[in-house]
Amino acid sequence: MGTETVRALKGISFDVEAGEFVTIMGSSGSGKTTLLNTLGCLDRPTDGTYLLDGVNVGTLSRNELAKLRNLKIGFVFQAYNLLPRTSALENVELPLFYNTAFSSNQRKEKALQALEAVKLADRLDHTPNQLSGGQQQRVAIARALVNEPVMILADEATGNLDTRTSFEIMALMQELNQNQGKTIVFVTHEPDIASFSSRTIMLRDGKVIRDKPNDNKRFAKEVLASLPISDDY
Amino acid sequence: MKIFILIRIALKALQRNKLRAFLTMLGIIIGVAAVIAMVAIGQGSKKSIQDQLSSMGSNMITIRPNSNVTAGVRLDATTVQTLTIADVKALEKEGQYFDKISPAETSKGQVINGSLNWSTTMQGVSPDFLDIRNWPIRDGVVFTQTDVNSAAKVCLLGQTVINNIFSPGEDPVGATVRFNKIPFRVIGILAVKGENAFGQDQDDIILAPYTSVQERITASIYFQNIYVSAKNESLTDSATNEVSRILRASHRLKPTDIDDFAVRTQEELINTFSSTSQLLTVLLTAIAGISLIVGGIGIMNIMYVSVTERTREIGLRMSIGARGIDILMQFLIEAILISITGGVIGVLLGITASKLVSAFLHWPTLVSESSIALSFLVCAFTGVFFGYYPAQKASRLDPIDALRYE
Repeated sequence: MGTETVRALKGISFDVEAGEFVTIMGSSGSGKTTLLNTLGCLDRPTDGTYLLDGVNVGTLSRNELAKLRNLKIGFVFQAYNLLPRTSALENVELPLFYNTAFSSNQRKEKALQALEAVKLADRLDHTPNQLSGGQQQRVAIARALVNEPVMILADEATGNLDTRTSFEIMALMQELNQNQGKTIVFVTHEPDIASFSSRTIMLRDGKVIRDKPNDNKRFAKEVLASLPISDDY
Repeated sequence: MKIFILIRIALKALQRNKLRAFLTMLGIIIGVAAVIAMVAIGQGSKKSIQDQLSSMGSNMITIRPNSNVTAGVRLDATTVQTLTIADVKALEKEGQYFDKISPAETSKGQVINGSLNWSTTMQGVSPDFLDIRNWPIRDGVVFTQTDVNSAAKVCLLGQTVINNIFSPGEDPVGATVRFNKIPFRVIGILAVKGENAFGQDQDDIILAPYTSVQERITASIYFQNIYVSAKNESLTDSATNEVSRILRASHRLKPTDIDDFAVRTQEELINTFSSTSQLLTVLLTAIAGISLIVGGIGIMNIMYVSVTERTREIGLRMSIGARGIDILMQFLIEAILISITGGVIGVLLGITASKLVSAFLHWPTLVSESSIALSFLVCAFTGVFFGYYPAQKASRLDPIDALRYE
């Protein structure tokens, strides 16, 4: 309120290389959200520099930021944020509507490929309320992939899902990272989830308190196989 | 961003909320339908008045005596008598822009046939009169110039007169009726003309040669009117000026004297009556216009609700690369689509309503292209005007806040 300035992030510095799978961890108030907004080009840093794929984000206008988000970043949110009463295919197509480079047929084609990548090719015409939470999140991941961004930015992407489904999503993330070389920055507060990534950055009170590769990286596919099969369904 | 993509996005958004889109449209639909129907009724009555007046003969020019100064006393129009046969001759001789001339001398009186009688008007005219008034005869023949010259006791009867003094099935042609005790032989029957724009029964009349009326009934050398008809409608003004000039010369008026006659064209009459119905049209349109504004406010209201409700959607769109202008255009186009679609339905409904009014109430209606075009423009304008502020609000949302909005 008023003129008091709050510094959410204080002099943090790190690089994310192409093809990395990084988790950012921290409790609430640690500056996680601010960092995510900055990384996602939703907000410009008031001080310091942020280079995304060689572009200095701090100097860009609102419209240029929008263009950057469209071309270089794929968001995956905790609440999926799919358009209601809209088919999976059209939800995935959405980012392409803001990218004038594609014709209507190319849009369909690319959206279809993205849905195939998340193994939802058989759910093209389903609307979000006809899909389970995990499936909805996979549609959201397809939407993040469709414009072939340099980075996928996931914000608590497993926060609304049960353990099994969370692991399924993580397995998908690992697959995208390993097989297709996608760079993924994954924000979470669950150490369980962080253990699937290759590197963890820990924030506290706006500072990086730990930044190192995960020694015992787990593979979601294996964990999934070892989970007891629940007889609920 | 391509406009048709924006239209597709807006269409999809509207499809997700069909009922609400329709209810919002309803305000515009009612407004536009009201404008179209009201203007159609107004224009229809205007046109029917025009048609009735021009059915009296659109080229007709009426000359009547006007207030005159006699020895410094200004007399009113009805008591002055200035038009004579000399004027008619002068007009016949010198007129270039008009071809038909008929004086008129009217007398009220009682017409008798056998045991039946009827109070009516006899009008003494020349054979040209029927041409000037566009008035054919239904049966028999019209009297001739010879009849005029000899002041023959022949007449043409209007349908109302026939209905009142002849029993059904009786053939009036060849019968002899008495008007104010003077026997007249019926030589023709006038076609039915109905009521004129003032509600007068035009068929309650007997036409006879003007000489017969002047010499045998009124014993007057003056005429109440002289009718001339311009050679065609475009010559009406020239003919009017020519009539004035000839009559001033014939009346030997000095340049400083005022006219002792008045020249009227049908056009002036049409204008007089049109202005009344025009006022009506303006009033009705104003009321309908207000309902359009109310409809527009409805759109604005719903668009505001929609922007608030879809805050997260707006945040999402921004996070995947929509610029402020894209969001602005999306919501603006939604508003315009609602208003234009409402406009189209409203126009169709308005046309249907006017047709129903014509069919069931028998009011004349005329759907004019200009009213359709106007309502359409107003609709588009309403959409832009009332859609802009909500759209602007949407476009200025902060993507971070919008994404977190609960």
